[in-house]
Amino acid sequence: MRASIARRLQINAALTTDTLTAFLREEVEKAGFDRVIFGLSGGIDSAVVAYLATRAFGPKRVRAVMMPYRTSHPSSLADARAVVAALGIPSVVIDITGPVDAYFKQVDEVLGVAASPLRRGNRMARERMCTLFDLSAHDQALVLGTSNKTELLLGYGTQFGDLASAINPIGDLYKCQVRQLARYLGVPQPILDKPPSADLWADQTDEKELGFTYDEADEVLFQLVDLRLSPDELIADGYPPALVTAIARRVQRNQYKRRTPVIAKVSGRTVGLDFRYLRDWGL
Amino acid sequence: MARTFKVALGQVRPVLGDVAANVEKHLAWAARAREEGASLIVFPELGLTGYQVQDLTLDVARPPAHPDIQRLVAASQDLDIVFSFVEESDEHLFYVACAYAAEGRMVALHRKVFLPTYGMFDEGRYVAPGRRFAAFPTRFGRAGMLICEDAWHLTSPYLLALDGAHLLILPASSPARSVQDEEGFGSQSFWRKLLEVYARLLGVHILFVNRVGFEDGVGFFGGSFVMAPDGERIAEAPVLQEALVTAEVDLTLLRRVRYTTPILRDEKPELVLRALERWLVRRDASAFPARDEAEEGCRP
Repeated sequence: MRASIARRLQINAALTTDTLTAFLREEVEKAGFDRVIFGLSGGIDSAVVAYLATRAFGPKRVRAVMMPYRTSHPSSLADARAVVAALGIPSVVIDITGPVDAYFKQVDEVLGVAASPLRRGNRMARERMCTLFDLSAHDQALVLGTSNKTELLLGYGTQFGDLASAINPIGDLYKCQVRQLARYLGVPQPILDKPPSADLWADQTDEKELGFTYDEADEVLFQLVDLRLSPDELIADGYPPALVTAIARRVQRNQYKRRTPVIAKVSGRTVGLDFRYLRDWGL
Repeated sequence: MARTFKVALGQVRPVLGDVAANVEKHLAWAARAREEGASLIVFPELGLTGYQVQDLTLDVARPPAHPDIQRLVAASQDLDIVFSFVEESDEHLFYVACAYAAEGRMVALHRKVFLPTYGMFDEGRYVAPGRRFAAFPTRFGRAGMLICEDAWHLTSPYLLALDGAHLLILPASSPARSVQDEEGFGSQSFWRKLLEVYARLLGVHILFVNRVGFEDGVGFFGGSFVMAPDGERIAEAPVLQEALVTAEVDLTLLRRVRYTTPILRDEKPELVLRALERWLVRRDASAFPARDEAEEGCRP
């Protein structure tokens, strides 16, 4: 990453933490809740959310849910447990192998073909979402999102799966900024050091699957999105055309994942179009 | 006129769309300010309604004569109160407005002139722009009101200063944006710099009162402050939390500052007027082609 861009992606971690903890407290309490729940994968994003939530609510009002599948790397669960232990927060382990395997046993038979890794991965992400929202009803808690700005822009997540949440404290932070925040919050070192992975199949890493590194993505996305430069301007500035084009195309193609479903307008006033209220309406 | 007075900055967190709850909070905070010996309390932009009212505009708008508004006006018997709400005119136009109430009367009403309608802001979709800046007398000298974005236009404080304002009152709903800066939010740094320049160039006291709280993830940073005509911030509220901050404003400072650095004295408004007139004529001439050319262009 060029030094000039890295400098502009530097965050004031203390101020960011104050903002995000205030955000969590106010948005949750306004909605009439006093507890939160979130999936804890063993990765850096959900670890940062765990640290922020614990700062915002104290250890007694949060719950971490670990949802391994049989192919999940054992170190994922171990890293998640390290976060739980460090924060002293309530947690629960719900193995999703049973429901996911039962589903594909039936569906593979009906369709007569084995599901692709992508379909299996998406099903796992959605099984975790179902589990979290069910437990949130049991706990009377709001579900926290753990997708960062890089993932949201790239559309690197499962619609109605890991992208689903009530509120998301880290969705406006690029991956490199989540790392800075993680260091400030004291996230355990092994989580900071390991390569990011959705851990949906063996040896998966995000960067291998995406075809570029998070640093490359952040450097390009920051200039496309925050600085409003065009792909052509970045290419003229010396960035590899294949990289810039791949990222720009992903951002555009996955816009649908960032929006609610499109509604056909037939009336004078339509939900999502000219029926305009904040979600905080009445809170 | 007193040489000093105590001002209170009411850095509240309004409840979106709940005018009754917000009026109650304003009244309670005004009572606290009175107990602390303040003569003036200033509340943030849209403190009675919340900021992103969108289609709630129709529900929260109040004409100045409305009982909700008059309750606050009536509370200004021995404490001047500046508060902000969505005003509905007789013509059913809606404005972002702030009122200055004193001795149980509404002394002045300012309608926000510059409505940010770009990026994350969408004010122009819901409300009409005000059309003037005018200073008015108070017991602390002449004052002028600006609402948030009004102050991002150089001409607004300039016009108020020429109109004799010694005190600029600036209710705001400014978002907490840009966490890159060591000093604080980028938006906060900008306000400090901007208002320091105005205070020093125009020789005015400035009361900047910004709200706190979140609306759909948008946080408002607070950080309200009192700035003296020499550019010093003599009191400043914390960020991201409600606070009632009081400060003693030294009105005699303005006299010395304006004598020492008489920039306002040396302003040449007649030069500005002539230049603007010339520029407006030129602009109109170039924006609308001459009659022949226009007709030429329309020919099928």
